[in-house]
Amino acid sequence: MARFPFSAIVGQDEMKQALLIAAVDPSVGGVMVFGDRGTGKSTAARALASLLPPIMAIANCPYGCSKEEQARYPGVVGDGPLKKRAVPFVDLPLGATEDRVIGSLDLERALRSGEKAFEPGLLAKAHRGFLYIDEINLLEDHLVDLLLDVAASGENVVEREGLSVRHPAKFVLIGSGNPEEGELRPQLLDRFGLSVEVRTPKDLEVRIEIMRLVAANEADPAAFAERWAGEDEKILKKIARGKARLPKLVPGDDVLRDAANLCLAVGADGLRGELTLMRAARAYAALEGAKSVTRQHLIAIAPSALRHRLRRDVLDETGSTTRITRAIEELFG
Amino acid sequence: MNETEAAADPLADALIAARLFTLAPKVFGGLVLRGSSPARDALIEALAGAIALRRMPGHVDDERLLGGIDIAASLAAGRPIVQKGLIEEAQNGALIIPMAERMDTSVAGRLVQALDDAKAALVMLDDSVEADDSPPTSLMERAAFRCDLAASRQWQGVELPPVPAAGWGHVAPLDDKQLRGLATTAVLLGVDDVRALIFAEAAARGAALLAGRAVAEDADLATAVRLVLAPRATRIPEFEDQQEEQPEPDDTPPDQPPEDQPPPDSNTSDPPDDQTQQSQQQDLEELLVEAAKAAIPRDLLEQLAQGNAPRRGSSTGTGQKRKSGMRGKPLGARPGMPRGGARLALIDSLRAAVPWQNVRRREKGMDADAPIIMRKEDLRIRRFEERAARVTIFAVDASGSAAAARLSEAKGAVELMLAQAYVTRSEVALIAFRGATAEVLLPPTRSLTRAKRALSELPGGGGTPLAMGLNAARECADGVIAKGRSASLVILTDGRANITADGQPGRAQANEDAKAAARAIYARGIDSLVVDISARPGPEGAALANAMGGRFLALPRADARMLQQAIQAAQPLGKAA
Repeated sequence: MARFPFSAIVGQDEMKQALLIAAVDPSVGGVMVFGDRGTGKSTAARALASLLPPIMAIANCPYGCSKEEQARYPGVVGDGPLKKRAVPFVDLPLGATEDRVIGSLDLERALRSGEKAFEPGLLAKAHRGFLYIDEINLLEDHLVDLLLDVAASGENVVEREGLSVRHPAKFVLIGSGNPEEGELRPQLLDRFGLSVEVRTPKDLEVRIEIMRLVAANEADPAAFAERWAGEDEKILKKIARGKARLPKLVPGDDVLRDAANLCLAVGADGLRGELTLMRAARAYAALEGAKSVTRQHLIAIAPSALRHRLRRDVLDETGSTTRITRAIEELFG
Repeated sequence: MNETEAAADPLADALIAARLFTLAPKVFGGLVLRGSSPARDALIEALAGAIALRRMPGHVDDERLLGGIDIAASLAAGRPIVQKGLIEEAQNGALIIPMAERMDTSVAGRLVQALDDAKAALVMLDDSVEADDSPPTSLMERAAFRCDLAASRQWQGVELPPVPAAGWGHVAPLDDKQLRGLATTAVLLGVDDVRALIFAEAAARGAALLAGRAVAEDADLATAVRLVLAPRATRIPEFEDQQEEQPEPDDTPPDQPPEDQPPPDSNTSDPPDDQTQQSQQQDLEELLVEAAKAAIPRDLLEQLAQGNAPRRGSSTGTGQKRKSGMRGKPLGARPGMPRGGARLALIDSLRAAVPWQNVRRREKGMDADAPIIMRKEDLRIRRFEERAARVTIFAVDASGSAAAARLSEAKGAVELMLAQAYVTRSEVALIAFRGATAEVLLPPTRSLTRAKRALSELPGGGGTPLAMGLNAARECADGVIAKGRSASLVILTDGRANITADGQPGRAQANEDAKAAARAIYARGIDSLVVDISARPGPEGAALANAMGGRFLALPRADARMLQQAIQAAQPLGKAA
């Protein structure tokens, strides 16, 4: 079904920026979107899917592996020729069963030929793409544990139902949720490279614009998609160029030092903060088509990269975002 | 608002909502019909005549919902038989879901996806009795219409006239003034969710279509406001001259909208001069707000009038999910015999047996169409995950005698405990007692955000209705235990009761009542801890703890962090998981 075009989403710039950064450099880690209901979280994440440049994958591989993965997973990965395919985007529903997520015995093949075969689950489908979980804070704990493990190791190991399968499962996790309905466990939060906060647009004009756009889309989806195709194409090209530029960008020592200083100043836990800062700044610079990574890039992505890593002091009412902007002002003036 | 305005039977609006829904079920996503009544039954019957309704029972599983291999048929046929899922079967109509407020998370999750992909439409029957019980929020917000038919006195002659076949294309898009009118009304009603606006816009055009108009008029907008926006109101609109202050620049700059689309029809009609335009706009908005006011449900209005805006997210969904999770989330099956309460997992047992069928048949010399051969080792039993299950209930004495200063420390301690609680996956509830009331400020939750808000809204001062506080805490604990979890109480008080259980002043009686309440807690065997937070602890606190059979802790001069540490040391909150 036709998705709402990414470029037609009004406002929510920080969220869109974070999603694009994750698209340019998946190693940044996932994106967590916190916010009220009905703010276009799902719409944006789903729209992103149709925006990504296609990837080359082994045609008969059930996991859509690349050439490089062939050597690492002999026997698991197919051996056919490479074929262009869309970046997978998997929508994990709340309440999905473990079977569906990690994969299970292929019942159809079992019935047909009595053969014990593995039927890949959602994790396999998401390999090299995106795994989107709406209301991730309400996800069952045992599924969260499982996702954490796979996200950290990049592979899915199935040892059940008499199956013993190991297959690659590298994906960008996109989560969304409303903190009012339940907190996210810190272990899971930490896995996300970027986190953004979205608010219901309060501006009347913006809200009117949204109504107008959605009505236009409903009235004639084809024409609407057509109208926005050009804009979407521009973004797609921007991502593709960013991806190509990424390896050429090496953050200088000054930017690394800035990153370290900033992490120290806000008291972000662990090394992951600095790494994410560096990677996100680089991806952002690549997205913008810059020649080098500068302090400005770092500042632009710092709130998203650090917001969820600050040690939480429940007695301090100051929001994380404020603490980060304050630190930026103090450090870099 | 007076009687006459609300006198119309709720069925009248429900009928319009139902007609709009049948016009384009997937655009409107859903229709929530609350309150069991003859009117609702009649309406459902009428609906069934208009579009295909497929009933979805609450126990539906993934296979039936989404389709997949029909095991029984496949086994019988000896080849995989694929069956359609309910969502697909209801493609051309809608799914009707009885007792939607009891829906399981996993089912709701599936339906949300189907709704987002415009692959389903739902008629949800909400039979909840209590105000804060409702179908999962994620579904409620994706359903355009919600009608409460509990009070309807009408059931005869309920008919849905056929909808015009003309389709949406015949209604012109709303003009600028109309869109602005809807958006402003939503702001005045405190409706933040953008989905509501989108539904309202569609409903206005739908109403025009039903009335046989090609252009939506004020009346159509009023219908949309009444049916879509009013039931979602979070405040009573006060319509004044607030044209000017409304647009508050927020995170989204208004110059954002892409420039390549002219507002529709901007050049077809001569725009009237500014003044008239302004006043026309004003008129429309006034009209819409009036329509909304008349349609805000009575109980919602009462809540709003009392100043407790329904908290976002509190209208369950979450709580509901927790409830259904109480008996444990099925974790898949493991080998074992179905005995001692363990239940057989039929599908999994079959799954385990299927791969061996060829071999076993050969072994026994049977032919290919022999029935499936099961062995003991194929049997699988269901496993459930036990939920992390401790709820710590804080009962905080907010009376004058407990001293305002101590109260803020107690608040801090609760927040710290809560921060801890969500790491260990336990939950926290909060009760405050002061003056002549004990109030549950926060039902069991894991949300730090909500707890902080509840705490910051907690006022202090007044007498000490200790018995009331204890009773409220016990009732809360009973509720928790009834759901199969364990509860523990932390009571922060100075123990100096001076308000009786029925709200009368009187120290002696108050003490008696408090003791009785404490003994009731003891009788239930609820784990408890009394923290004496008075500046000079007397014997009262210890006596109270004694009556409850709980532990006692005197904390004359502690800050929030010390308090939290002390509580944690005395009470193993963290051991929940």
